[in-house]
Amino acid sequence: MDELSGLRVADRKHIGLAEMLKGGVIMDVTNAEQARIAEKAGAAAVMALERVPADIRREGGVARMAAVAKIKEIQETVTIPVMAKARIGHFVEAQILESLAVDFIDESEVLTPADEHYHIDKFAFTVPFVCGARDLGEALRRIGEGAAMIRTKGEAGSGNIVEAVRHMRAVVGGVRRLTTLGAEELMTEAKNLGAPYELVRWIARHGKLPVPNFSAGGVATPADAALMMQLGAEAVFVGSGIFKSKDPAARAEAIVQATTHFRDPKVLAEVSARIDRQENSAMAGIETSKLAKDELLQTRGW
Amino acid sequence: MTDPLRIGVLALQGDFALHARALARCGVEPVEVRKPAQLADVDGLVIPGGESTTLLHLLSTWEFVPALERFHAEGRPVFGTCAGLILLAREVTSPAQSSLALIDLAVERNAYGRQRESFEARGEAVLGGRRVPVEMVFIRAPRIRRVGPGVEVLARRDDEPVMARQGSVLVATFHPELTADVTVHAHFCEMVRRAREGRAAAGGPGDAGHERAELDPAARGGAA
Repeated sequence: MDELSGLRVADRKHIGLAEMLKGGVIMDVTNAEQARIAEKAGAAAVMALERVPADIRREGGVARMAAVAKIKEIQETVTIPVMAKARIGHFVEAQILESLAVDFIDESEVLTPADEHYHIDKFAFTVPFVCGARDLGEALRRIGEGAAMIRTKGEAGSGNIVEAVRHMRAVVGGVRRLTTLGAEELMTEAKNLGAPYELVRWIARHGKLPVPNFSAGGVATPADAALMMQLGAEAVFVGSGIFKSKDPAARAEAIVQATTHFRDPKVLAEVSARIDRQENSAMAGIETSKLAKDELLQTRGW
Repeated sequence: MTDPLRIGVLALQGDFALHARALARCGVEPVEVRKPAQLADVDGLVIPGGESTTLLHLLSTWEFVPALERFHAEGRPVFGTCAGLILLAREVTSPAQSSLALIDLAVERNAYGRQRESFEARGEAVLGGRRVPVEMVFIRAPRIRRVGPGVEVLARRDDEPVMARQGSVLVATFHPELTADVTVHAHFCEMVRRAREGRAAAGGPGDAGHERAELDPAARGGAA
C-alpha cells in the first residue's frame, strides 16, 4: 500500500480495513439472529440492511437505509465489522451511519438512489466507503471520490452470477489493458473512461486498482464464490444467496470455505456436497437477460 | 544452508498477500499456507491480520491447532499481527475466545473501538538491541492488557505494549505490512534464520521429512 503515497485516495487505515477483509465473505443480514448465524459460519463482516435485495426486488417501493435500532442491535450482537448501506448520493444517511460508528458504508445501488447526478463525497467522512462498479471507469470515479473498496455490482437479488462475472471481467480486463498502453495514450484513455487521469496513470504503472476489489451481486453457491475469486475478486459479498436459501447456516459456512479454498476443486466438491443433500436448496434465481431495463439495479449510479 | 528461507503466511483469510510481499522484500520466499500439511515445508509462519473469529473457525475446521502447536514446539518461529496476535495470546477478552496460547499475554479485542477509532502512529521499537523507528497502523486493534513474566516488550505506544516477543513467538497489535517499512519483517526473518541454524546444528527433528509428513491430519474429509 506504500506505493499509494502522493495519490489522493482514501486513508491508509481505511484501505487497510478492506485489506483485512480479503479472502473473506461479507454477508447481508437483516437482524441480530442472522448476524449471529453469519458470524458463527465464519463471515469476515456483515452488512446490515432492512430487506435483502431479493425482497426489495419483489416488494418494490423505495428502499432506504436500515432502521437505526436494527443496526445497533446487529452491532451489539457481533464482534466482526458491521457495514450498512446508504442510498447513492444520500450523504445524510451516511452521516447517520457515521455517527453510529458503522465500520464501512456501502453507497449502494441496491437502495433507491437519492441523487441522480452526484455520489457522496466520501473524503468528508471518518469511516470508509465501499461502492459498486460495472467497469473500470465507474470504479475509478468512485475511488476518485474516496471509496476505500470497490465491489463489482453484479445484479443484486438475482441469484444469477452472470452479471457479476461480466463486471469482474470488465474491471480486471480494463486494468490489464491500461498496462499495455503507452504514456501518450493515457490521457485519451482517461477521457474515454471518464476517470481521473492520475488514477489511470497509477494503474497503468501498477497493474491493479489502488484499493481492494471485491465481488457482489448474484453469488448463490460455493462454486459461484470460488468462480469470482478465480476471476480476480479479493473477497465476496453474499446478499440474498444465504438467507433466501433453504439452508442458511450450512450454506454460509460452505461459501466461507469455498472462498478460502477457491483454487482447490476437491474442497469445493466436498463443501458443495454438504449443502446439495437438500434438493433445490439454493435460491431459485432470475434469468437477468429477461429483466426489463427498469428492473435492473446495476444501472443505478454512473 | 544455502537454501533460501521459506516463510509461510497463513492464507485462510486476511491481509496475507501484504505479508507475503513484505517477506519477499526481505529476500525470503513467502509461501501461502491453507492446509496444515504445508507447514512441513516452511521455516517460520506469519499469521496475518484479518478477522480472528473467521480465522479461528477455519483453523479448527482444518485441524490446524495440533499442527501449529507442533510447529511451535519444534522451535519454528511464528509472527502474528493484530488478529494473528489474538490467536497466539494466552488469554483473550471482549469477548473471551479460544486461542493457541503460544505467548503469555492477555489481549482485549477491538479495544480502541470500531473503525472510526482506527489510527496511525509513529513509534520506536527495540530490535536486536537497537532502537529503530517504526510506522504503526492500528485497525480495530486489540490492546495488550497483561504481559507475562517471560515476555519481552519490544515496542510501546503511550507506555502501552504494542509489540512483544516470547522465545520464537513475535506479535504486534499494529500492521507493519501496511507500510513500506520492512524493519519488523526483517527482524522476524532473522529470528527464523537463527532458529533454522539452531535446528540444523542440533540435528533436531525439525528437518526430518518423514516426521513432517505426519502433520497432515488423516481425517480431513470428516472436518466441519
